[in-house]
Amino acid sequence: MSQAFFVLDDGRIFEGKSWAATGKTFGEAVFQTGMTGYQETLTDPSYHKQVVVMTAPHIGNTGVNTFDNESSKYWVAGFVVRNPSTITSNWRSERDLESELISQGVVGIQGVDTRAITRHLRDRGAMKVGIFSGENLTREEMVIEVRKQSAMNGAYLSADVSTPTSYVVPAQGEKKFTVVAIDLGIKGATPRAMSERGIEVHVMPYNVTLEQILSVKPDGVFLSNGPGDPATMTETIDLVREVLLEEIPIFGICFGHQILGRALGFETYKLQFGHRGINQPVLDKRSGKVEITAHNHGFALKAPTDSGFTTVFGPGQVTHICLNDGVVEGIELLERGAFSVQYHPEAAAGPHDASYLFDQFVEIMTRYPRTVATQ
Amino acid sequence: MPRDNSIKSVLVIGSGPIVIGQACEFDYSGTQACRVLRAEGIRVILVNSNPATIMTDPEFADATYIEPITPEFIERIIAKERPDAVLATLGGQTALNAAIGLFQAGTLDKYNVKLIGADVAAIERGENRELFRAIVEKIGGESARSIICHTIDEVMSAAAQLSYPVVIRPSFTMGGLGSGIAFDEPTLRQIAGAGLLHSPTSEVLIEESIIGWKEYELEVMRDRADNVVIVCSIENIDPMGVHTGDSITVAPALTLTDVEFQKLRNLSIDIIREVGVDTGGCNIQFAVDPNSGRIIVIEMNPRVSRSSALASKATGFPIAKIATKLAIGYTLDEIKNDITQVTPASFEPTLDYIVVKAPRFAFEKFQDADPRLTTTMKSVGEAMAIGRSFPEALMKALRSLERKEATFTFPKKFPDTQKSSLLESMKVPTEYRLQQVQLAMWCGASIEEIYASTKIDRWFLSQIELINREASAIAELGGLTAEVLQSAKSLGFSDLQIARLRGVSEEDVRKARHHENIRPVYKTVDTCAAEFEAFTPYHYSSYEEETEVRPRTKPAVIILGSGPNRIGQGIEFDYSCVHASFVLREADYETIMINCNPETVSTDYDTSDRLYFEPLTLEDVLEVVHAETLAGPVLGVITQLGGQTPLGLAAGLKAAGVTILGTSPEAINLAEERGAFGQVLADQGLTAPEFGMAATELEAQTIAQRIGYPVLVRPSFVLGGRGMEIVYDNEALASFIARATDITPDHPVLVDRFLDSAIELDVDALFDGEELFLGGIMEHIEEAGIHSGDSACVLPAMTISAEQRSAIREATLKIAQGVGVRGLINIQFAMADKVLYVLEANPRASRTVPFVSKATGVPLAKAAARISLGATIAQLRLESLLPQSGDAVAKGISVKEAVLPWNRFRRVDGRGVDAVLGPEMRSTGEVMGIADNFGEAYAKSQISSFGPLPKTGTVFISLADKDKPAGIEPARKLAELGFTLLATDGTARVLEEDGVKVVKVRKNSEGTGPLGEKTIVEMLNAGTVQLVINTPVGRGTRADGWAIRTASVQRSIPIITTTAGFSAAVEGIKALRTGELPVQSIQEWLK
Repeated sequence: MSQAFFVLDDGRIFEGKSWAATGKTFGEAVFQTGMTGYQETLTDPSYHKQVVVMTAPHIGNTGVNTFDNESSKYWVAGFVVRNPSTITSNWRSERDLESELISQGVVGIQGVDTRAITRHLRDRGAMKVGIFSGENLTREEMVIEVRKQSAMNGAYLSADVSTPTSYVVPAQGEKKFTVVAIDLGIKGATPRAMSERGIEVHVMPYNVTLEQILSVKPDGVFLSNGPGDPATMTETIDLVREVLLEEIPIFGICFGHQILGRALGFETYKLQFGHRGINQPVLDKRSGKVEITAHNHGFALKAPTDSGFTTVFGPGQVTHICLNDGVVEGIELLERGAFSVQYHPEAAAGPHDASYLFDQFVEIMTRYPRTVATQ
Repeated sequence: MPRDNSIKSVLVIGSGPIVIGQACEFDYSGTQACRVLRAEGIRVILVNSNPATIMTDPEFADATYIEPITPEFIERIIAKERPDAVLATLGGQTALNAAIGLFQAGTLDKYNVKLIGADVAAIERGENRELFRAIVEKIGGESARSIICHTIDEVMSAAAQLSYPVVIRPSFTMGGLGSGIAFDEPTLRQIAGAGLLHSPTSEVLIEESIIGWKEYELEVMRDRADNVVIVCSIENIDPMGVHTGDSITVAPALTLTDVEFQKLRNLSIDIIREVGVDTGGCNIQFAVDPNSGRIIVIEMNPRVSRSSALASKATGFPIAKIATKLAIGYTLDEIKNDITQVTPASFEPTLDYIVVKAPRFAFEKFQDADPRLTTTMKSVGEAMAIGRSFPEALMKALRSLERKEATFTFPKKFPDTQKSSLLESMKVPTEYRLQQVQLAMWCGASIEEIYASTKIDRWFLSQIELINREASAIAELGGLTAEVLQSAKSLGFSDLQIARLRGVSEEDVRKARHHENIRPVYKTVDTCAAEFEAFTPYHYSSYEEETEVRPRTKPAVIILGSGPNRIGQGIEFDYSCVHASFVLREADYETIMINCNPETVSTDYDTSDRLYFEPLTLEDVLEVVHAETLAGPVLGVITQLGGQTPLGLAAGLKAAGVTILGTSPEAINLAEERGAFGQVLADQGLTAPEFGMAATELEAQTIAQRIGYPVLVRPSFVLGGRGMEIVYDNEALASFIARATDITPDHPVLVDRFLDSAIELDVDALFDGEELFLGGIMEHIEEAGIHSGDSACVLPAMTISAEQRSAIREATLKIAQGVGVRGLINIQFAMADKVLYVLEANPRASRTVPFVSKATGVPLAKAAARISLGATIAQLRLESLLPQSGDAVAKGISVKEAVLPWNRFRRVDGRGVDAVLGPEMRSTGEVMGIADNFGEAYAKSQISSFGPLPKTGTVFISLADKDKPAGIEPARKLAELGFTLLATDGTARVLEEDGVKVVKVRKNSEGTGPLGEKTIVEMLNAGTVQLVINTPVGRGTRADGWAIRTASVQRSIPIITTTAGFSAAVEGIKALRTGELPVQSIQEWLK
C-alpha cells in the first residue's frame, strides 16, 4: 500500500493509504453519515462529481451485490474511508468492495482521520478536493491542482447522469397509472416504489420535451433526484411550468423538489455542508409527525415556512421542514396536484418512513385525473 | 404535544438489589428519571430497597422509601403519598412486575393512580409469549416455531414435535432466568421443571433451536404522537445460544447491508406500534440466518433494559431521560438533544466509532457452577470500550475487564496439538471463548475452521486475524518502528501487550512511544458523527490525527471509577465516585471521570464536567492525565473511592509523577501490606489475631500449628475475600495452598487465627490528619467467618457497650493516624471474649459507605472527596456537609442484607450449586430495611432480598454440631409462635432434649421410607416447607446439606445458613405477626 493524500481546496491535507483505484480524482468533498448503505451511496447518481467521506468507520464488510445497486455504475468521484474491510461477509455478497471500486475506476483513500475531515467540512463548508493516490507530486502541486477544478456552484450535470433514451418500468400487478419520470439522476428504487403501486413508469431523459411527455398520456410526472446546481436547470424548470399549466400532477424529490420550487418562483441556495445521511428528522407540519429520512442534498429551497405562499399556479405551503436546522424539506400546491420533498422517500439507503409519499402521489393522481388536455 | 399537566406527583419504582441480569443500569435510568421529573417541578416519590444507589440519595426525590418493592409495601406508600402516576418502566423487570401486581390487586384503581410509560395491556402483549407471537405474525414477521406449555407432560410432547435441541424459556422472568437449551430428555425435564416454578404464571415456551444464527438487538423509542426512532442497533459477536447479557456485543451492527437492516427496523417499528408501547423505550431482539437471511423475532422488553443503558452510553442518546419525558407527555421533537443543543431528540444517532461490550463473570466464586454460557445470564458485570475501529474497541474492552486471562496473548511457542484442542473446546461457549478463538488463529487455525466451530461471523474473525497479523509484525526482529508502533496502537494493543511481544518492559515501550510522540487523541461521542458541534465532553481515545479536548482554565480533579461490576466491587463504589464528582463540582472544581462501566451513573455524560470512557489501566489513565494536563491545570487524581481498581493504580500513577489526592500510596501500602500493618498496630498497642505469612505448604502448616486450627487462609492483596477459606486441618490447608498459588504468585499466603464465635464489626470513618469523624459502627449479624459483604449487618451495633464503642473509636483514630489516612477508612474489628481484634483496614471508600450514609444522613463520600482536596472536618462541619458536632448518628435501626445469586448457577450435571456462605464473598448486591426496632428492620431486609418470611407454617431445621446450642432458643420461639418444626435425626434429638416439639423427617441420603415417608428434599420439592434453617460445616459439607440448600434455592424457599441469622429471622417473624410493617421515607427518618 502506497501513500495517498486527501487534499482540500483550503490547503488542509490528510495523509492516508491508497485504496481502491489509484491515480488522482477531483470533486466536491462531502461527508455521508449513514452507518449502512455504502453500495447505494456509491451507485446514487446524485453523488456524481462528489468525493464522499464515509463517517462510519468500517466500510465494505458486506461486500457488494447486484440487487442493491441504485444505478448501473458507481458515480462518486472518490471514496474516503477509515477502515476498509479485509474480507466480505454476507450471504448476498457477490464481490468485494475494493475490486468493484477498482473495476469501476473509483479512486479511494483509507486510513485517514475521517472524523477530523468531517469536522473540517462542517465548520468550513463543502469544498473542492482531490485524492492523489500513488502520484508523485509535492503538497503544493497537489493543492494547486485542486484549486484549478471547478466548483459545484453553477455545475450542470444532468447530461452526465441521465438516461440517453427512454425506457419503461412496467407496473406490478394491475396497471393503474402512467407516469413520466424525468431522469435527472434517478435511482433504481424510485421506479420500483412506483411500479409496486400499479404505476407504469416511463423514464425519460433530462432533455425530454412536453410533446414527448404528453405522447404517453401520463397521469403524473415525476421529477427525480440528481446532482448539480438547481439554478442551472432553466430548461427543465420551464418544462415543469408547462407541465403545471397542463395540470398534470407532479411529484418531485430532492433535485426535482428544487426544480419544482424554482418553477414556482422560489430561489435555491447552497448549504454550508449539506445533508447527507439516513437519520434526518423531518417534520410534516400538517400532521405534526416526524419521519426519519434519507437525505443527500447540498442545495435547498428558500420558501416561507411560517405561512402559506401564493404562486402563479395558485396557493401553496411548505409541508415539511428539517428539525435539525429548519431547512425547507417539502412543499405542495393546495389547489393543484403538485408536491415535492427535498429527501428520499425511496430510501435505499435509509429508513422507509417516507414511503407514504408515493401513496400520496397515487392519491393526487386520483384526485386530479388527466381527462381534458391529452384527450 | 406539551407535558400532561394533570401529573403533579409521580411514584418511581426502582429495581431493588443488584442481581445477575438486573444491575446498576437501573440506578442510572432511575436517577435520570428522578432528575427529569424534579426539573419539571413534579413531586417525586421513590421506592427502592437498594441503599447503594444514587437514586435513593435524599436529594433525588421528595420522598424516598427504602422499602421492599412488593405490591403490599407500595400500596402503603401510595396510600400515604397519593401520587398521580406510577412510573415503572425504568426499574427493570422488578418494577414492571410490581406495577402489574398493583394493577391486578386493584390498587391503582383504588387510589386513582395512572400507570405512565406503558400500560398493563401493552406490557402483557410484549411479555406474554403467545400474545407476542400473534403480534409478530400479524405484522408479517416470523417467530421461531414454538409451543407454550404449562406442565411437564406438555413440555415432553412439545419437544417430540419440534425435535431436539430445543430452547426452554419461562414467561415473565428476567435475564433469561430459568431458560436453557436441552439436547436430550433428562436435561429438558430439569430445566423446564425449574422454569415452570420460576415463571410467575407457571408457563414455559419450548422452541425450535436457532443456535448459531446471527443475533441483533434494536433499541426503539416511541412517543404519544406515534413518532418512532431506532436509537441503536447492537450485534452480538457470540451467535444465538448465548444470552445477550453474556455475549460480547458490538454497536452499531456491522455485518448487515442497508436492505437487511431496514427490514429489522421496519419490523421493530411495526412491533412497538402493535404492542402499543405508547411512550418510552423498548428493545427488540432478532435472529438472522447467516445463510439465507431469514429473520426471526425473538422477543421484546416493553421497558428500559440493560441494553438501553448500553445503547445510551454507546450513542450519547439518554434513553431513560427521554423515556421519562415522553411518559409525562412530551413528544420526541419537543425534546432537545443535550449534546448538540440545537437538534431534537426525534432522530437516530449515527456513530463514527465502534463500541464493544464485554461481560465480566465470577465463575471463580462458584467453583462447582457450570461454566458453559447458555440462554441464562451468568455474568455479573460488563465493560464497554469505544474505538475508531473494531479491533481497537475490542482490545480496549478486553483490557477493561481487568483480568489477565481476558486480553489476547501471542505465545512464542505452543504445542502442536493446541490448535485442534482449541477448535474443539470453543464449540462450547464459555467465558474465554473469544480468547480461544484468537489463540487458535495464532496457532494457525483458519477463519473457516473457527467458523465451523463457533459460527462467529467471519467478519469479526477477520478482524481478529488483523490483530494477530499486527502481533507478528511487532514481534519481528527489529520490527518496532514508529510506523509499526502507530499501527499497533491504532489496533488497540496496550503497551503491556507490545512489551510482552518484544520481551521488554511496559515502561520501555511507553518511553519509546512517547519519544516518537505517539499518543492517543480524544474523540467525542456526539450522536451525529460530527455533523453538528458537540457541547458535552464525552471522550474516548484513538490513535489518530485530531484531538477534541478543549482547553480549560478551572483546576481539574480526575476521579477514577471502579470498572466493571464484579462480586466485591459493585455499585457502592460508583456511588462514592459520583458523590465526589457532585461535591467537587459544587466546590467549583472541574471534575473528570474515567471509567469503563456502561451501567453506571458515573459514566452518564452529565455527572462530571468531562467523561473519559476508557479502560482503568495505568497506561490509559496516564494518557488521560497527560491530555488533561495539556488542556489546563490538573490538581491530581482521586483513587480512594472506586474500590481496589483505582487503588491498585495509585502507586504506578505516583511513580509516573501524578499527584494522588487524599490518602497517599505509601499509606495505602501500610494498610494493605500485612507486615507493615502489623507494625502499625503494634506501635499503637492494638491487637490483631495471630497470623503468619507463608510461601510454602510447610511454612503454612508450621504457622497453623503455632496459632491453632481453625485458621483463615487467603492470598494477600485481594478484594471481596477472593480465594479466602477457613480450614480446620492440615489436609484442607494443603489443598488450599495447592489451589491458591496461581491466584497471585507474587504475594504469599496469609494464615490468620480464625476467631470462631466473635462478633464482627465494620467501621467507616473520615480522617483529615487531625480529627476523626466516625460514620458508623455496624455489627454483623452472621458470626465471624462469613465475608462482611455477604453478612447482614445492623447499624447501630446492637450488642456492644458504650465502653466498647469508645474503644472502637479510639482504635479507629489510632489506625487512621498510624496509616496516614486523608479521607475514608474502613476497618473490620472482631470482638471475642471482650477483646477487640483488628482484622483489617482499608484506607478507601468501602462497600458500606452508601448504607451508612443512608442510615445516618451524612454524605461520607462527599466529605472524603473534599478532605482529599485539603478541606478539614472542622471546615466541613461549618459548611454543614458534616454535623456541627459529634459523630454520625443512625436514625432508626437499619439492617443491610446481602443478595446472593445461587439460583443463577447450576452444576454441570444440571443440579444447583451449594448455597453456603463463607469467607469468600459471593453476593451481587444488597438491600436495606429501616424501622424503629430490629425485628421490623430485619424483616423488611429479608422481604427485600429473599421474599417474605412466613408468618405460619412449617420450618425445617438442620444444625451443624457446633451450632446446635445456639439454635435451640430461636427454635423454641418458633414453636411457641405455632410453627411446625421439622428436623432430621441429630438436630431433632437435641431439640427434643431441650423440650422443643419437633417432627423427625428422613434425610435425603436415607431415601423414601418403607411406608412412603418423604425425605426432607422430597418435602421441599412438594412445597410443604416454608422456611429452611441449615447451617453447614465449613466447605465441602455433607451431601445432605447441599441437597437441602439447593432444593430450597431452586424453589425459592427462604433459607438461612447461620444461627445468628436464625435468631434474627425469628425476630423478623415476630414483627411480621404483630401487624403491618409501617413505611417511612428517608427524608422523614433524617429529619
